[in-house]
Amino acid sequence: MDMQVNFGGLSLKNPVMTASGTFGFGLEFAPYGDLTRLGGIVAKGLSLKPREGNPMPRIAETPCGMLNAIGIQNPGVEHFVTKALPMLPWKDVAVIANLYACDAEEFGELAGVLAGEEGVAALEVNVSCPNVKEGGIAFGQDPAQIGRVTEAVKKKAGNKHVMVKLSPNVTDIAVCARAAAEGGADSLSLINTLSGMAVDIRNRKPRIANVIAGLSGPAIKPVALRCVHQVVHAVDIPVVGIGGIASAEDALEFILVGAQAVQVGTANFLRPDFAFGLADEMEALLAELGAASLDEFRGSLQLPI
Amino acid sequence: MSLRNCRTVKVLNVSPVGQSKTAGEFFELTLERPDWDEWKPGQFVMIRPTAWELDTLWGRPFSICSGDDASITLFIQAVGRGTRRIAALEPGDKVSIWGPLGNSFAVEPDTPTLLLAGGIGIAPFRGYVEQHPHPENLSLFLAHRLPLDCYPFELLSRAVPSRCMLEAKPSDLDCIIETMRGLIEEYAKKGGLVLSCGPTPFMKTVQRFAKEYGARAQLSLENRMACGVGACLGCVTKDGEGHHVQVCTRGPVFWADKVEL
Repeated sequence: MDMQVNFGGLSLKNPVMTASGTFGFGLEFAPYGDLTRLGGIVAKGLSLKPREGNPMPRIAETPCGMLNAIGIQNPGVEHFVTKALPMLPWKDVAVIANLYACDAEEFGELAGVLAGEEGVAALEVNVSCPNVKEGGIAFGQDPAQIGRVTEAVKKKAGNKHVMVKLSPNVTDIAVCARAAAEGGADSLSLINTLSGMAVDIRNRKPRIANVIAGLSGPAIKPVALRCVHQVVHAVDIPVVGIGGIASAEDALEFILVGAQAVQVGTANFLRPDFAFGLADEMEALLAELGAASLDEFRGSLQLPI
Repeated sequence: MSLRNCRTVKVLNVSPVGQSKTAGEFFELTLERPDWDEWKPGQFVMIRPTAWELDTLWGRPFSICSGDDASITLFIQAVGRGTRRIAALEPGDKVSIWGPLGNSFAVEPDTPTLLLAGGIGIAPFRGYVEQHPHPENLSLFLAHRLPLDCYPFELLSRAVPSRCMLEAKPSDLDCIIETMRGLIEEYAKKGGLVLSCGPTPFMKTVQRFAKEYGARAQLSLENRMACGVGACLGCVTKDGEGHHVQVCTRGPVFWADKVEL
C-alpha cells in the first residue's frame, strides 16, 4: 500500500513524524532504529540564541500522561545547522525545524536563518508552548498574533513549507486555525500540550518547579481528536494530528478524522524504538480494515446526519 | 561504542532482600542479558514491563548492579508506583530494556579508591568491585537508615574492606558526616579516588568535603527521567558552568567539581 503523503509541497514517505521535544534532534534515537523509516523528524524547538530552559523538577508522570515544563532548552539554531543537521540523513527523511521566538520579528529572523538550509524540509512554528513566560502560549491564544507570526515566518521562509503548531488551550481552536491559514500557513499541526498541574500533598509543593506545565500522552488524545475534527472543517489547508498517539490504531483515528499525517510524541518515551515501526503497523491495519489506500481512508469518518 | 539497543527480555528471578518494613521492599531483579557487547559499572538501564498499559508511561532507570554472560541483576527499592509494580513481576514475565546507558565510574587500577554508598546507592558498587582489576585497592563505606541486610553489603564486605554506619537518630548523622570527612581527607592526602552514589544530601556532603580537601571525587546522580536517551530533557542538572546537561547521557557519573547540586 502506498503510504506516501504529499501536502503543501512537503513530501513524506509515510505519515509518521516524531513530535518536537520528544525526539531530540533525532540523533539520540539513531541507535534504536533506522531514522529513514520515519516520514519526518520534527526537531526539538529552536531559538536564535541558546536557552537553558526552566529549573528542575521539570517532568512528572500522571495517569496515562506526563507533565513537562522544559521551557525550550536548546543550543540555538546555529548549533542545529552546523552540528546536528549534517549528521541527519535529511536526504532520506524529512527534517522539520521547530521554531520558537519571543516576537514576530524574531520568528522571521529565525526562519531566515533556516530558509537556505537544504536539509530542512519544513518549518514548524511553535506559537503554543505553555512553558515559557515570554511569547509561548500568549501567541497561541491570540488569533491576531498567530496571524502576524505566521506572516513573518512565511515572508522569510523562502520556499520552505510553513506548518503552524496550535495550542488547545483556547476557547475556539478553529478561530486560531483560520488566523494561521490567513497568515499564509501551508499546514497546521495540532495539538500542543494542554495546560496542567500536579501537586504533592506530602510536602505541599507543586511537582513541577514551573508550577504549571504541559500535559501530553494518551490522556489528551480525545481532546486532540476533537481539535483536529474541528480544524479540518474550518480551514482548507492540511492538518497534522498530534496528541497521545501510542498505537497504529490511535494514528489511524487521526487520519480517519481528516489528518494528512501524524506526529508521535510522548510514546517515544515508552520505548525508544516505538516510532520506527508505526508506519508499517498502520499499513497492516489499513489492510486489515479493508481500506484501499491511506488516501481513501483519510477523512472518511461518517458523522451522524 | 556498545550498542544501546532496545530489546524485550524475560525476567529470570525476583528475590526479596532484607527485612525493611519502613521504606518499601528491597529486591533483586534478574533479567536475561540482552545481546550487548559490554556494560561498565555506573551505567544504567531503562526497563518497562511489556504488560504495563498506558496508565504508566515511562520506563524506570536502574543502575546495573551485576551481571554475567547470561543475565544482568538490578537492585531495586520498591518505593513508588512503578517500582512496586516491578517488584510484583514474576519469572517469565517480559520487560522492554534499553541500555547500557550513560557513562561509568572511573577505574584507576592502581589508585586507592574509596566507594561511598548512601543506602541503595550501594547498587552500582557491586558491579564495580566485581569488574575491578585490582579490588585490593578498593574499600567501601556504607551509610544506611534501614537494617543492614537490606543491602548487598555482605557480598561486598567479603570482597573489599568495608565499614557501615546506621543512621537511626540525629546524632548518628553527625557521626556519619564526620566519618565521611575523615575518609575523604585521607583519600585526598594519598591521591586516591572517591566514588559515591546515594541520595542528594549524601552527595552534597561528598561534594563539600571533596572541595574542602581537594579530593578527586565522582558523584553518580539519580534524577527523574522519561526517556533515558537524552531527548526529554527532564533529568538535567547544572554543570560547572551553570548549563543544564542531561544526567542520562552526560552522566549519571559527574566529577564533583563539574556539577552543581
